[in-house]
Amino acid sequence: MEVNQYLEMFIEESKDHLQACSEHLLELEKNPDDLAIVGEIFRSAHTLKGMSATMGFEDLADLTHKMENVLDAIRNEKIHVSPEILDVVFESVDHLEEMVMDIANGGDGKRDVSSTVAQLKRIELGEYAIPEVVATTETPVTAVTSVLEYDSFEQTVISQSTEQGFNAFEISVRLREDCLLKAARVFMVFEILEKDGDVIKSNPSVEKLEDEQFDQQFSVAFVTKESAEDMKNKIMKVSEVEEVLVATLGTPVTAVASVLEYDSFEQTVIAQSAEQGFNAFEISVKLREDCLLKAARVFMVFEILEKDGDVIKSYPSVEKLEDEQFDQQFSVALVTKESAEDMQKKIMKVSEVEEVIVATIEQKQHSEKEPAIQEVAATATVEVEAQPATTPEKNNAAPTPAKAPAPAKTDKSHAPVGNKTIRVNIERLDILMNLFEELVIDRGRLQSIATEVNHGELNETVERMSRVMGDLQTIILTMRMVPVETVFNRFPKMIRQLSRDLNKKINLEIIGAETELDRTVIDEIGDPLVHLIRNSVDHGIENPTARRAKGKPEEGTVVLRAYHSGNYVFIEIEDDGAGINREKVLAKAISKGIVTQEQSYSMSDKQINELILASGFSTADVISDVSGRGVGLDVVKTTIESLGGNISIESTQDVGSIFSIQLPLTLSIISVMLVEIEKEIYAIPLSSIIETSIIRSSEIMNAHNQKVIDFRGKVVPLVFLEEIFEVPRKEPQDDEFHSVVIVRKGEKLAGLVVDSFIGQQEIVLKSLGNYLTNIFAISGATILGNGKVALIVDCNALIK
Amino acid sequence: MTNAVEQESIKVIVFQLADKEYAIPVSHVQGIEKLMHITRVPKTAKYVKGVINLRGVVTPIVDLRERFELPVSEHEETTRIIIISLEDMEVGFVVDSANDVLDIPADSIEPQPEVVGSLEEDFISGVAKIDKRLLILLHLEKVLNPLK
Repeated sequence: MEVNQYLEMFIEESKDHLQACSEHLLELEKNPDDLAIVGEIFRSAHTLKGMSATMGFEDLADLTHKMENVLDAIRNEKIHVSPEILDVVFESVDHLEEMVMDIANGGDGKRDVSSTVAQLKRIELGEYAIPEVVATTETPVTAVTSVLEYDSFEQTVISQSTEQGFNAFEISVRLREDCLLKAARVFMVFEILEKDGDVIKSNPSVEKLEDEQFDQQFSVAFVTKESAEDMKNKIMKVSEVEEVLVATLGTPVTAVASVLEYDSFEQTVIAQSAEQGFNAFEISVKLREDCLLKAARVFMVFEILEKDGDVIKSYPSVEKLEDEQFDQQFSVALVTKESAEDMQKKIMKVSEVEEVIVATIEQKQHSEKEPAIQEVAATATVEVEAQPATTPEKNNAAPTPAKAPAPAKTDKSHAPVGNKTIRVNIERLDILMNLFEELVIDRGRLQSIATEVNHGELNETVERMSRVMGDLQTIILTMRMVPVETVFNRFPKMIRQLSRDLNKKINLEIIGAETELDRTVIDEIGDPLVHLIRNSVDHGIENPTARRAKGKPEEGTVVLRAYHSGNYVFIEIEDDGAGINREKVLAKAISKGIVTQEQSYSMSDKQINELILASGFSTADVISDVSGRGVGLDVVKTTIESLGGNISIESTQDVGSIFSIQLPLTLSIISVMLVEIEKEIYAIPLSSIIETSIIRSSEIMNAHNQKVIDFRGKVVPLVFLEEIFEVPRKEPQDDEFHSVVIVRKGEKLAGLVVDSFIGQQEIVLKSLGNYLTNIFAISGATILGNGKVALIVDCNALIK
Repeated sequence: MTNAVEQESIKVIVFQLADKEYAIPVSHVQGIEKLMHITRVPKTAKYVKGVINLRGVVTPIVDLRERFELPVSEHEETTRIIIISLEDMEVGFVVDSANDVLDIPADSIEPQPEVVGSLEEDFISGVAKIDKRLLILLHLEKVLNPLK
């Protein structure tokens, strides 16, 4: 229950932290010696670790912890940054992202990351990652007779299984020397094992076993509810098995000479504190036999302890101590920066204390061995402050969500200062927006009533209200606007990965990341962009050899550009790659029946380019897993069109391609200029308008059947809206003067000829519904102050 | 007994177009409106009269007379707009008048007679004879189809 409450926040923040990790990692790759960046990554990872442990996502926390260890080693200059190491770290971040996505989609965030974990581990130990090597090199700490070595992840699995009442065995199987089908026998053994439990590890690896790359013997680590004897007998039933040895795996032993027993949660707190330079002591305090106010003494001792450190545990429990339910002696576990001697002296100062024994808590066995639980420590430090003594009853519950309040706390302490934001569900903003739209319509109505009535005070009030609403509107709209950066920022990492996968050299330039778009659009364009970028990298950019042959620099460039233009935001993906081979595209399109031979003759270059967006199209001769199997680009097109945008392609062979996406700002409230044609009112978006002007008939010139005017030295074609919109006229108009609205689309201009200008107004964009779609040059409708519907002119459609 | 009858009958809105009576299942009817200002939408089919402001929702209007290629008449006092909701579309039909709400027994519905012989036959899903009235049941999907 408490978890759900924080889940959304957790997911959002995890994404932020992971994003921060990726960004900084990319930065780090460029400046491998800048340890400050490592610090940043470490901080993000650390917070993430704490949060996920608190939320009970152990896999997430575990992997983060492993990654953190590597980062820590880098930070402390124990290991040096190399692309191989970063590959592994990136891989971990990818896994983490997947986990978070899984959690966001209602999953449990579990994922098999053992190979990544193993690699991280090796890096941490100073060896560079060589993915194929399976054998781990850490020093064995578990069961004595162990043949297998376990990394910390596997150890956790083992220790958790034992906690849950499973037996952990190490089973060594020896096949007969004359065994012919070793792989088949292995398979049979595994079948038996997996029926009764889970195989955690095998030596040699399963792959090698399947390939028969072993002599006669192999070992597996196995957790099960069955007994050792049963397992042995079962495996012996497999033919050609000569010998089966089943040894019980010991779980890590806890503190040696300790009075107190620590559950895994407490152990991690201790371990974590030790990492941070705290000392962990077990302090036994004996009060004098004649001590009268035992509870008071206990209180005083605790006061001293808590001033200098944190009490992790006490025996008897604090409640019992307060109730004086103990004899003369009690023990506490304390983490502190003070030395043992100082602590002892301080406590001895309390009256009636007879003896104080301070012993350092041994924690060698848990510093690395129980990672899944260790993560809790990050948040637990906060927890402990609020709740000084953990009762003995509280044992293995540590990583479970019992600590819901913690994430908020931990997060606060890590959040960057001066960034006061709250997260609001987008739905609420939508509701706010809808309500505001209603208000805007009413305002329009009120304004027209006020004009009719012409009452001084009413006018004043309406005017003031309009002003306030204007401000309110700006705020609501900007609230929904998000810089495209939030989408773009995942691409550097993707490009890095792609260029490594494909052995191409690629430089990604991002321009205009600050361009803002409505949140709903932002959410949708991520996938199409991923697709297009992959496409550019995979099909566009050639490999270095080919590029050199063409006289291009080896490194290809992909430019991701965003900018505002009029009512739209444009996002362009430009590459200097091979460009589109139109002949190939045409041939393919014809062979796939997308166009006919006849049609193909009359197609423009642009139309041919856009064939690659048709469904069922793929020009890649070899299907790569990078940019799909040709099902992709048409999905891109559909998605963008469903957002009310469109996509176009410009391409020159061997020079490169530009994919240009035009997206509406989807501002549901826009400023327009209302114009009148005969008796019909149309709205022209102000963002498209450059200016209005009155021209004489004599200023209109003819050029190639097109009426044009000279507008500030530029030849601007005229568009008579009356003709375009087929406005019925009772009597032909024969005016000397024409009202012209000069509009633009990108660089191009046009003059829209109307009867008269009415004025500027804020309107609410309404759709025409699903029945009327694709109406030429009309982008939507709005409701005017008088309750009538006015249509909104789509200037982009009027300019070719 | 009564239950059985109810199950086998459908409730329809009956409206008049020229000299014939038509029926649309009530389940598809959102409301019946008096004629109001219609904003013409350019470059659409002739029978699309435009759009109205239906309590804040911009709703397209189809003149059924023109849709069925019947002679066009002036709109009168009795002229109504029947708001239809079909799948995710909302469309208003201009009709001469909305007459009645009726329960028609399912067994009184017959497939359309083949001799009707005008364009409208494409839009007919069946006919029902109630007393002496002949109701033409509309096939809404087809009426709205070409613009979909």
